Amino acid sequence: MSENGQIYRISGPVVTAIGLDAKMYDVVRVGDEGLMGEVIELHGEKAVIQVYEDTSGVRPGEPVINTGLTLAVQLGPGLLTQIYDGIQRPLPVMQEKMGTFITRGVDADGLDQERKWTFEPVAKKGDKVEGGQTIGTVQETETIAHKIMIPPKMSGTIKSIKGGDFTVSETVCTLDDGTEIAMMQKWPVRTPRPYMQKYAPDTPLVTGMRILDFLFPLAKGGAAGIPGPFGSGKTVTQQSLAKYSDAQIVVYIGCGERGNEMTEVLDEFPHLIDPNTGKPLMNRTVMIANTSNMPVAAREASVYTGITIAEYFRDMGYDVALMADSTSRWAEAMREISSRLEEMPGEEGYPAYLSSRLAEFYERAGRVETLEGEDGSVTVIGAVSPPGGDISEPVSQGTLRIVKVFWGLDAPLARQRHFPAINWLNSYSLYPQSLDQWFKDNIAADFPEIRTEISSLLQVEAELQEIVQLVGSDALPIDQQLTLEVARMIREYFLQQNAFHEIDAYTGVEQQYLMAKAILTFQTEAKNAIEAGGLLEDVVNVPARSDLMRARFEGDYLTRIEGLVAEMTKEIAAAAEEN
Amino acid sequence: MAGKEYRTITDVKGPLVFLNKTEPVAFGEIVELRLNDGSMKNGQVLDTSDDMVVVQVFEGTAGVDRTTGVKFLGDVFKLPVSKDLIGRILDGAGRPRDGGPEIIAEGNADIIGAAINPYARQSPHDFIQTGISAIDCCTTLVRGQKLPIFSASGLPHNDIALQIARQAKLTASDEEFIVVFCAMGITAEEYNFFRSDLERTGALENAVLFVNLADDPAVERLITPRLALTAAEYLAFEQDYHVLVIYTDVTNYCDALRQIGAAREEVPGRRGYPGYMYTDLAMLYERAGLVKGKKGSITQFPILTMPGDDITHPIPDLSGYITEGQIVISRELHGSGIYPPINVLPSLSRLMGGTIGEKTTREDHKCVSDQMYAAYAQGRELRGLVAIVGEDALNERDKQLLSFSGLFEDKFLRQDRYEDRSIDETLDLCWNLMSNIETKYLVRLDQQWIDKYHPNDKKE
Repeated sequence: MSENGQIYRISGPVVTAIGLDAKMYDVVRVGDEGLMGEVIELHGEKAVIQVYEDTSGVRPGEPVINTGLTLAVQLGPGLLTQIYDGIQRPLPVMQEKMGTFITRGVDADGLDQERKWTFEPVAKKGDKVEGGQTIGTVQETETIAHKIMIPPKMSGTIKSIKGGDFTVSETVCTLDDGTEIAMMQKWPVRTPRPYMQKYAPDTPLVTGMRILDFLFPLAKGGAAGIPGPFGSGKTVTQQSLAKYSDAQIVVYIGCGERGNEMTEVLDEFPHLIDPNTGKPLMNRTVMIANTSNMPVAAREASVYTGITIAEYFRDMGYDVALMADSTSRWAEAMREISSRLEEMPGEEGYPAYLSSRLAEFYERAGRVETLEGEDGSVTVIGAVSPPGGDISEPVSQGTLRIVKVFWGLDAPLARQRHFPAINWLNSYSLYPQSLDQWFKDNIAADFPEIRTEISSLLQVEAELQEIVQLVGSDALPIDQQLTLEVARMIREYFLQQNAFHEIDAYTGVEQQYLMAKAILTFQTEAKNAIEAGGLLEDVVNVPARSDLMRARFEGDYLTRIEGLVAEMTKEIAAAAEEN
Repeated sequence: MAGKEYRTITDVKGPLVFLNKTEPVAFGEIVELRLNDGSMKNGQVLDTSDDMVVVQVFEGTAGVDRTTGVKFLGDVFKLPVSKDLIGRILDGAGRPRDGGPEIIAEGNADIIGAAINPYARQSPHDFIQTGISAIDCCTTLVRGQKLPIFSASGLPHNDIALQIARQAKLTASDEEFIVVFCAMGITAEEYNFFRSDLERTGALENAVLFVNLADDPAVERLITPRLALTAAEYLAFEQDYHVLVIYTDVTNYCDALRQIGAAREEVPGRRGYPGYMYTDLAMLYERAGLVKGKKGSITQFPILTMPGDDITHPIPDLSGYITEGQIVISRELHGSGIYPPINVLPSLSRLMGGTIGEKTTREDHKCVSDQMYAAYAQGRELRGLVAIVGEDALNERDKQLLSFSGLFEDKFLRQDRYEDRSIDETLDLCWNLMSNIETKYLVRLDQQWIDKYHPNDKKE
């Protein structure tokens, strides 16, 4: 056995080597072209390797070289605004090196090794430092200060530290035991980065999407699953979250999805403004794109690459949101590799370890006390693409067992062009209890009650609709007809939101609350007016109600809403008096 | 090593041949088999190790025995590419089928095709006018898009594909399309239908045909679309053509994939299809698009028949997750005598939103399309209610919507196979039909476009 072995067998992305002295998950270079691979199984003297590049043309007998390292990412300044493939090769660099198409055997550093960054020390000579402690900062983008931290598990006293312009591999700090610390550190992707302890989440991740923030809120540090059939708007929802959520850092993983979609994100994001900072969104974003036709093993790795980068920013004390679109493609990559390994399959051909891998991944989300004692979080939002939209399949079920928020996308709603097509009847969030205090303190004391009223109205509507299907709405008593009107208002005015409309795409929580309240005001006033003898038709058709609804597409809504509601109240009262 | 002939076949199973120890053979290498009667077959290495090589034989293994000679050609499968491909008809393995000379290659291209770097892609934004109202208005086709037709047996998907091939044009420029047509396991009759139509309209001179028919070997079907797409990539990205790739029928392709999987005793996924079918299909569908710095483009128009009209079947399901939308053909509409029987409700074009508008189609396109769609969807839903409670029980708004849904099918969807409507004609037709509904119910229309385009309000 030696560090170098030979190829024994090749079957698609799975290569078997003999004579290789390897540990599990060692990264190896396969064949004359040095294709990158990872050891995933050991059988006696044979090592099974998954290769991250196409293996056509590779022959038995070609060399395999063990690097002795596990699959790791480079962490440091230069991550933000970058777009990577599944194994952290920057796509712009790959285009420079190989042109339009992705060919093989090209290696590229995750971080630019030439570029100089201005390092400003915050620690000084003689300071005792431990793993995770900040020793200095780099202003990486306009909005994000990148903290340079002592790598975990390292500690000592600073012998020297200097500010100035450095590349990521140059030493900026030396410890008394001679350890040299550069701005770049490496971390194996399959190992979660350490922290002090996990906290219960207590702050919502504000997304600006009314149905999410108001009815099914997600906490910073929580995990959510978005299952939905094709065409139901998973990607649009994920992209809206990447654009408008109030995370400080966004990691967006395009895992086994369409090439053109990633291109669209690349074209669009630099021109979009972050509503929370007023600066381009790209400044806080890291993208990972392993499209459906890129090598499947690299797709398997892409979610780990992404979450490791997310954890790294969490360790600086940032709130990070990670979107994975789609985790089903990741699961399929596991299935493909598992079947090449001739493993005994579990449900629907997926490997038996599918649900534990899903759980391990989602468990890397959380709100933590960092090694330095700061508060940081990773929120994970995973899209799931269930075959035929049927969520009884293993990936959806494995996901739902772990996540606390379920945003169920629905084909019939999408077909009615009700967007976001999130079904309000079967979606859920288990966070309201832990978040209600935040809503009470920051928005309004009766926020939880208003939410309950809105959701129960929708529930009642669903029951009434069943009757309407049979007998028509005219056969219902007036008060129930009014309930249907109010519920329609909730659906069309509140739940529906145009992700592509300049103003409607983002609604702050306070405005959401006022909109919900306006609907309930309408209900109360209309009920009173009808009891006073008004006709349902006159009452619900007051022009001020349409004005109220339409005005959400115009600016200054937050300041105008009060006036619009007052006007509506007046008109409803007038409509009652006419009779 | 090329030139050495092995006679070490141990097993033959379905389309697969297993050989004992050979010199090291490359994964994906091309193989030539010489049968005892002197005939030749081609194959490709699927699995290779020091002890055993598995070869997939494209022409099927009929006549292969243990004395068959096997020669490894030392290279992966390549297609000779040249501008001379245009106007030619080739078989499913890339050999001339039209009696013409061999293609003189300007280069050889690996048929597996590498993935386009997403960073090197250019977002597609050019409107393709197909002249079919339902497509142009509701599921707009965009240059560089992959938009499949989800059809089923007995439906006129071929007519629609041909009509698109005939009529597709860019309104922004007068550049023409080159059609690359790829037949996978269709019948000779269907093929003749395509061929004679292309011939009659003169389109054949600007087309390349790759033909694998129903009685050609199923395994060959796995390379036919790769050949077609390799030719398309060459024409688009080396020769600056705008290429429209039509391939039919993806369902036959997937069945061939399943056949190989079963012969290799792989663990099957849903309905017996291999677990890697998503990736495999993606390697076809993703070979569409535009790239920075190149003039040409590839637009894909795959046709697939949904087994049992079931859109949740793995083939349409996985396709829908990869392609940028779908055009769904409806048996119900076809049954009511409507051509083209496109059901716009489950149909979708993902690139439409970023394309349509003042610069490409018309300023009112977005809201017209939304309103047409919404009104038709509501009208269709009311049909179910009317069946129970009768039309009299409807209120005025619902009555108008119901009658609109009939007009939508009869006037908007229905058009002749040779009727080429411009986008202006299509949108004007929409306004005419919508004028049958009172304006106060048309909530998705912007007032400014009502003032400008509504036939009753139109200010001349």
